[in-house]
Amino acid sequence: MKSPARRQSRLHIDWTRCDGRGLCTELLPGVLARDPWGYPLTRDGSREPAIPAHDLGDAHAAVARCPRLALSLITSVPKTHRRGTLAT
Amino acid sequence: MTTHPRQPRSPQLPRLLTSVEPTLDAHHQRFGALPEITKPELISALDAARLSGRGGAGFPSARKFASVRGAKPVVVANGAEGEPLSAKDAVLLMRAPHLVLDGLELAARAVAADKLYLYVPAHAAATVGRALGERRRARIDRHKPTVVEAPNTFIAGEESAVFSRIEGGPALPRDRTTVAAISGVRGRPTVVNNVETLAHIALIARFGPHWFRSVGDPDNPGSMLVTLSGALTKRGVFEVPTGALVSDLVERCGATDPKTVRAVLLGGYHGRWIAASAFDSTPVSGVGIVHALGRHECGLARTAAIADYLADQSARQCGPCRTGLPRLATLLTTLAYDSTDHTCVSEIRRLADLVDGRGACRHPDGTARLIRSALDTFSNDIEHHRHRRCESAVSAPPVKDERCSAKAATS
Repeated sequence: MKSPARRQSRLHIDWTRCDGRGLCTELLPGVLARDPWGYPLTRDGSREPAIPAHDLGDAHAAVARCPRLALSLITSVPKTHRRGTLAT
Repeated sequence: MTTHPRQPRSPQLPRLLTSVEPTLDAHHQRFGALPEITKPELISALDAARLSGRGGAGFPSARKFASVRGAKPVVVANGAEGEPLSAKDAVLLMRAPHLVLDGLELAARAVAADKLYLYVPAHAAATVGRALGERRRARIDRHKPTVVEAPNTFIAGEESAVFSRIEGGPALPRDRTTVAAISGVRGRPTVVNNVETLAHIALIARFGPHWFRSVGDPDNPGSMLVTLSGALTKRGVFEVPTGALVSDLVERCGATDPKTVRAVLLGGYHGRWIAASAFDSTPVSGVGIVHALGRHECGLARTAAIADYLADQSARQCGPCRTGLPRLATLLTTLAYDSTDHTCVSEIRRLADLVDGRGACRHPDGTARLIRSALDTFSNDIEHHRHRRCESAVSAPPVKDERCSAKAATS
């Protein structure tokens, strides 16, 4: 496992899998809220919210227990706002 | 970089749409043969030219090529044009297929590509196939592109949808955690370029970055193809310098008095509305689309119709988009035709914020952008509609059925 102190982990949501079961929002209330339809809503408004060190254990649990396997933790640099439109 | 011994004349404007016919002979007569160019030469030429992608995102082309990492890279020419207001890629492929194929071959040589794909809609496939046949017989290419048909859906041209379609799956966006330059088609490093971008590359390789920068906006130079549609006397695809003002496009290309135009939709269905008062100060940007809304048309009704279309074009894979877009379309229809209360607008804004950035692709983001710009640009109309009037009818005879009379035509 990578050292959480040196590399900031971020939570990636695969929206094509997520169907709003809500387990992640219960495990990570500081990072995720729920929208009116039940889907996770990042509290900081980012696409891939940063996970504070003290939430890392719960984040791993959320990744492992998501019934839709829609979550992953990534440590790469944040993707910039690459695409304003659909075409390339 | 070497130039052809025949020393073809470097074209000013138009640059891309000069070919008399789409044949290889005509192409060579006009532009000369394909020059030899190495990857460092191509990257430095594109960097010096400051070429940015012409598919809408406007990513610097030099950086795109420089970021390719790994074995057996793949190069894709993206000619999918699901945007109903755009015709520029199809026109380019029909009129100058060899410029696009030159650019694709140059790109493939530069990154030492293993596979090449031409992703084009069905109606362009025949012309492209003929052009590929000519090139095979003339033995000018070292690579053989595979033609993949792009379905006629709005999101078919989105990068990950292109990968999925090329791999034999449906042209639907998919979840991604790595960039295409590292992992694209079948996990290979992949460069996707819009077909217009490739055509510019073919010209930059021949005539150099200095020539390329001689027209257009100094920060984002060159020429660009723009599709004009809507309430204009002249419509179609035009090649203009980058940074051209909306007022010039309406007046000169569209041959239309800007006073007869209420607003334009800039950049298509994922773009934004520009009010007539800002035509003089707004340059074309993003994907080259200018759609004019006539004085007697209602911007709210038009936006409702577009939102309805965009909701229908959702891949329905991601919850917020699948649920939010139809709701937004319904609320916009209410706002355009029925609403007399204030809550509708705030609810639309809330939902636009809620879908934004919450999907595998940028379809919800683009839809939110369009809707927000409509609320801003047509804010007076919202007030008028509240009093059962419409600005499009202010200068016209009174509306009889207490409804907005503007037709919600799609183009």
